[in-house]
Amino acid sequence: MGDYINTLLFGYYPYICLAVFFLGSLIRFDREQFTWRSGSSQLLRRKQLRWGSNLFHIGVIIVFFGHLFGLLVPVAVYDFFGIGHTFKQIMAMTVGGIAGVAALVGATMLIHRRLGDPRIRRTSSFGDIAVLLLLYAQLVLGLLTIPISAGHLDGQMMVTFMTWAQGIWTFQPGVADLVAGVHWIFKLHLFLGLTVFLVFPFTRLVHIWSVPVWYFGRRGYQIVRTRNHRRTA
Amino acid sequence: MRIRAQIGKVLNLDKCIGCHTCSVTCKNVWTSREGMEYAWFNNVETKPGIGYPKDWENQDRWNGGWQRKRNGRIEPRMGSKWRVLAKIFANPDLPEIDDYYEPFTFDYEHLHTAPEMKAPPTARPRSLVSGERMSKIEWGPNWEEILGGEFSKRSKDYNFADVEKEIYGEFENTFMMYLPRLCEHCLNPTCVAACPSGAIYKREEDGIVLIDQDKCRGWRMCVSGCPYKKIYYNWATGKSEKCTFCFPRIEAGLPTVCSETCVGRIRYLGVILYDADKIEEAASVADEGNLYEAQLKVFLDPFDPDVQEQARKDGIPEAWLEAAKHSPVWKMAMEWKIAFPLHPEYRTLPMVWYCPPLSPIQSAAESGKIALEQGMPDVSQLRIPVKYLANLLTAGREKPVVQALERMMAMRQYMRAKTVDGFIDEAVAERVGLTGNEIEEMYRIMAIANYEDRFVIPTTHRENAEDAYTLRGSCGFSFGNGCSGGDSEANLFGLARRATSARNPMEME
Repeated sequence: MGDYINTLLFGYYPYICLAVFFLGSLIRFDREQFTWRSGSSQLLRRKQLRWGSNLFHIGVIIVFFGHLFGLLVPVAVYDFFGIGHTFKQIMAMTVGGIAGVAALVGATMLIHRRLGDPRIRRTSSFGDIAVLLLLYAQLVLGLLTIPISAGHLDGQMMVTFMTWAQGIWTFQPGVADLVAGVHWIFKLHLFLGLTVFLVFPFTRLVHIWSVPVWYFGRRGYQIVRTRNHRRTA
Repeated sequence: MRIRAQIGKVLNLDKCIGCHTCSVTCKNVWTSREGMEYAWFNNVETKPGIGYPKDWENQDRWNGGWQRKRNGRIEPRMGSKWRVLAKIFANPDLPEIDDYYEPFTFDYEHLHTAPEMKAPPTARPRSLVSGERMSKIEWGPNWEEILGGEFSKRSKDYNFADVEKEIYGEFENTFMMYLPRLCEHCLNPTCVAACPSGAIYKREEDGIVLIDQDKCRGWRMCVSGCPYKKIYYNWATGKSEKCTFCFPRIEAGLPTVCSETCVGRIRYLGVILYDADKIEEAASVADEGNLYEAQLKVFLDPFDPDVQEQARKDGIPEAWLEAAKHSPVWKMAMEWKIAFPLHPEYRTLPMVWYCPPLSPIQSAAESGKIALEQGMPDVSQLRIPVKYLANLLTAGREKPVVQALERMMAMRQYMRAKTVDGFIDEAVAERVGLTGNEIEEMYRIMAIANYEDRFVIPTTHRENAEDAYTLRGSCGFSFGNGCSGGDSEANLFGLARRATSARNPMEME
């Protein structure tokens, strides 16, 4: 039975989450773009946002890219550049730890703001609150893995997770077995992480897709539209 | 030279009676929805006052509009594109809802259901955001109505710069005027420039500035960028909204709702031709005081044959060129020079202009001490200080404002002579640099203000830009999800696009 659940959660569940993540985002972008927004509540309360939102966002961005590269860059690349597993693990623990704490402090302020201010509380949707609590739990779990990792600095655990993540992306059979024996905090962290992708298209998280990097590419500042096509003037 | 046309607007403040009909009709049409209760696309403020949202004119506080850099180029006062994006997580230049006002309703139901009491029941205010009781209503879009509130607060008005304002706090010397405000539909809008998503745009065919509600992501930089604070963040939809210049009406040749319903007949709408290539240059002039003159140079004379020829090449319809010749906006802004842009120092090149209001001559004049200059009262004796009007309309330059006030006074004097005394006083017209005929025309447009003189709006020529055949039956007579065709190029579910698939059966293969 434990084997069945393990395969379900770490063998099949990732594919369900990723499929919903990509398809759901695409469908929402295509059919319901009016609902596609960051959902800022700054108008209703400015207090706590400067620290809360900045700490949270910057922390989460660092943590996200840390996971992205840390998990998906093949082990061979690290070996090629002579980056040792122990060094990589300590780096990940340090940078991730600092960014994680920053994000956690920020998230604490954001939650206090969202639940404590009657204006924001009343105008929040279920999704707004749920996604914030979900990320909060995920941050706490992520930080809890650090002391566990500190118990074995050889980097082997990390390689296990890299092999698992890359195995998922490359459709390797049986990768769920790799993570069958890890500490339950890791398992819960993995599960919640996948769940974030699952709920992504149905929450305000979609604003991440819209990071306005194209702003830098705009020629000049003004935009003039004609009836038939868009033109920058 | 690249010519574009815009429906410009002039408000004759001399006739505004502050009735708020414009605000109310606008609200009923556009913003009586959840999330927009606090937003007034049009509001009327009593000046002097700090306005709505509080202190909106003070760009040291809100960082709206543009600034000129040392190299002579301009950038949004919020900063370059990097600086704008750095504010995306928490924008320090964004007003809070309390700077506008917390929208409210009253517990009317209580009046019906209250039990027998010693005191009559009252309907207490309740927040429309949180739903909770409000102990006190603190601010609103016309909070300083007719000099409401203390002078110490009202006199924080930004337009008192370089004015010895203390004496205007005295009852005998106090003055006031109304200022109806809406989106300026600028030639050089900062809201467009500050929008990271590129969702805000100016329409080429009529200059209306709109927000694409599908593309807006709610980064809320436009709210800060606009120095007039006329973009409102809808907290319910998470999108920004603004005055649409009632574009569905304008397209059909009808005036905006605020203009249509103005009981004082102070609002004018007409075509202005402008040179799109000169916008940046005009907005970048070194001295703020020259911005008004610089904007005049962007406007093009509709009677000039060269302009007409180029305008035709640039695709401006004949009806628009004809309308430009009869445009009341052209007459007031360019021919008579009695209308001015609101705060040109923001470098946005606004397109809603204002005629300064005349005001009573100071009490000294009443007792026979009135200083007459060649039979005409000196405008410096008007109750509203000229400097105050200049700070509002010409970035502090008094000369153009003085000329406009003199022309408006001359118009009264000329018409009084004509209708009361029965003689034509050409000398009065000449003294302000006009002819008797021009004064009569001014009188017809500004005082009589017939509907067809106030609103000269050519209809949009949709047939030039869109294929009317593909629009036929495109929505309303459709099946399934046909009225919501999706936004991306490739349709996810393989739905054939009506607009591209419709074929004219009369055409041969």
